[in-house]
Amino acid sequence: MQIIKKITKQQIFIPIAALLILAVFNLIVDPSFYEITFSSNSAGDLVLSGNMISILDYGSELAILAIGMTLVTAACGGQDISVGAAVAISGSVVLRVLCGGNSRPETMQAPIIVAFLVSCVVAMLFGAFNGTLVAYFKIQPMVATLILFTAGRSIAAWINNNELPIISDPSFSYFGGFIPGIPIPTPFFIALICIVLAILVLRFTNLGLYTQAVGINESSSRLNGLNPAFIKFLTFVILGLCVAVVGLIKVSRLSSINYSVIAKDIEMDAILAVALGGNALSGGKFNLDASILGAYVIQFLTTTLYKVKVQSDALPAYKAVVVILLVVMSAPVVRQWLAGLGRKLRKPAKEVA
Amino acid sequence: MASDKKNAAVRKTLSDTNLLLTITIVVFFAMYIGAIVFQGKGFLKPQTFFNILNANAPLIISACGMSLVMITGGIDISVGGVTALVTMCCAVYLDFHQGNVFVSLLIALAIGLGFGLVQGILVAYLEIQPFIVTLAGMFFARGMTTIVNTYPFNVENSQFVALKDTRILIPGMGSYNKVGNYVDAYIEIGVIAALLIVVLMFCMLRWSKLGRNFYAVGGNSQSALMLGINVKRTRFLSHLICGLLAGICGFVYFMHVGSGAVSHASGMEMNAIASSIIGGTMLTGGVGNIIGTFFGVLSLSTIQIIVSSAGLDEAWWTGITIAAMLCLFLVVQSVVMARKKRTAQ
Repeated sequence: MQIIKKITKQQIFIPIAALLILAVFNLIVDPSFYEITFSSNSAGDLVLSGNMISILDYGSELAILAIGMTLVTAACGGQDISVGAAVAISGSVVLRVLCGGNSRPETMQAPIIVAFLVSCVVAMLFGAFNGTLVAYFKIQPMVATLILFTAGRSIAAWINNNELPIISDPSFSYFGGFIPGIPIPTPFFIALICIVLAILVLRFTNLGLYTQAVGINESSSRLNGLNPAFIKFLTFVILGLCVAVVGLIKVSRLSSINYSVIAKDIEMDAILAVALGGNALSGGKFNLDASILGAYVIQFLTTTLYKVKVQSDALPAYKAVVVILLVVMSAPVVRQWLAGLGRKLRKPAKEVA
Repeated sequence: MASDKKNAAVRKTLSDTNLLLTITIVVFFAMYIGAIVFQGKGFLKPQTFFNILNANAPLIISACGMSLVMITGGIDISVGGVTALVTMCCAVYLDFHQGNVFVSLLIALAIGLGFGLVQGILVAYLEIQPFIVTLAGMFFARGMTTIVNTYPFNVENSQFVALKDTRILIPGMGSYNKVGNYVDAYIEIGVIAALLIVVLMFCMLRWSKLGRNFYAVGGNSQSALMLGINVKRTRFLSHLICGLLAGICGFVYFMHVGSGAVSHASGMEMNAIASSIIGGTMLTGGVGNIIGTFFGVLSLSTIQIIVSSAGLDEAWWTGITIAAMLCLFLVVQSVVMARKKRTAQ
């Protein structure tokens, strides 16, 4: 009994439990879900394919966003809902730099690393814009980011004059696809690098501690000599960096961009990943590992829903139900009520004994 | 001494609410007069103004609900999704099941009330952040719309088409068209509903006990509780009314466009929030005015028309201008709040 209590108290228990439920569900419905096969892709390379690989592939984008979103959530007690639009902007910037003025260039006009760095700067600037509104003008995060949420895709289209540039160079598609000779999708490695970097930063700097301090009690952290406004601002800039990485992966997948569809509803998934990781959406303590695992679980859920023939437009309805269930379960009022109920149930049992 | 008193009186009449309201009304008239001066005669026709009303009646209704929730200190971003769901459900009911219009109105109200009820309970009694709840509500509504019917279609139910084409002529406001025929100015039924709701909501918020409770809870829920106001019930009611208004908004939208589609009213929640904020409703709660919201909607739609008639009619300009305007007003609010805090100390 004690051991079970100890395990369930762990924060990472929630995403693991969700993962197990999904895994068992798939095993019962259709065991072929787990098949992994070698097949050759369009470039003629032998690569792994299967549902698990696609979860690893697309879940990685979400995991990268979840890193930034967790920090923003912890520091500000609110979420950034403009990440989808910001991904569109940073992807658009990458293409713009690579294409130069021409929308169908024969060769790339700039090295990919330059394009990526420019898009990092742009995404961090937009992050700084959100951060300024939240930290210095004290606007609720979700409302402040609503501005970019509306304007973002328009700005992305405007950056490329509403054209649809196409990069024909095969080396550009490595980031969202496969590097020749390696059968595992590249986004997974990119996510791995980001996760390791994030863990190193959290271990060797005070960022994690300060973020939690600001999230738990802003005024007392100020009295302890921290600068809450700057910390909040910083988390938004870090999220901007994560967004730029995802933007590169997203445009690399298509070698092009579709302004209204790219990264659609990804904000919902990112928030869901944070919530599923057991982090309080009202800020404070956070657990990065749980968030990242949460991101992969969300992708697992999405793939499962596709597998049982749910239309892609109808997906949000199911995910919304999951969100509501999660937040209801983690609401303090419900928890207290459940705890009270548990005690009541246990008491009569003891009296009998 | 006398001048001091007078100053104080002036300052009192120009309190935050009135100041923000005045700014909005002035901005609207300045913009409309500017449009008349720079964009020529189109804006001089009364019908141009009535067209703004016709096209934005649903937005006015949903913005009223939004203002109410924001005054109470919450937010509701599910209104656009609920509107789309209502259009689709009504369209499917009328065309596939040969239903009658009155029942479809009841369906609209029921959907709105249902969303309001669930979201209200989650926000007020389970104390979950309103943004998360209504974000989930928005995604749920949009997803459900797809599940009800994927493809957009026009409703051909004769009863409904008759209602949709009903126009209320306004005597003496007509104008001559390009061929030289006299055309009467008209408004649609939805506008009447919208104006009625604006008046009702204004009276309710200004003079009823419940209306004052909304302000009290939004201003400071702690002291509202100490004054013996049922804070939870007030919050719940604000979401319930907002949901109901979203249902009505959906039906009015349906009457205006006459079709059901998943993409209907996309971004409406954003426009509703923007109009409320432009109209002087504070995000922090406790401050706001329905008349301001009404003018907020008018300002927003006027600027859209100006942008599109200035030749920048690509869709992205509207998004960018609305976002810029929202940003401006948010910053103004934030500055006003900061100043108020400083004077309070």
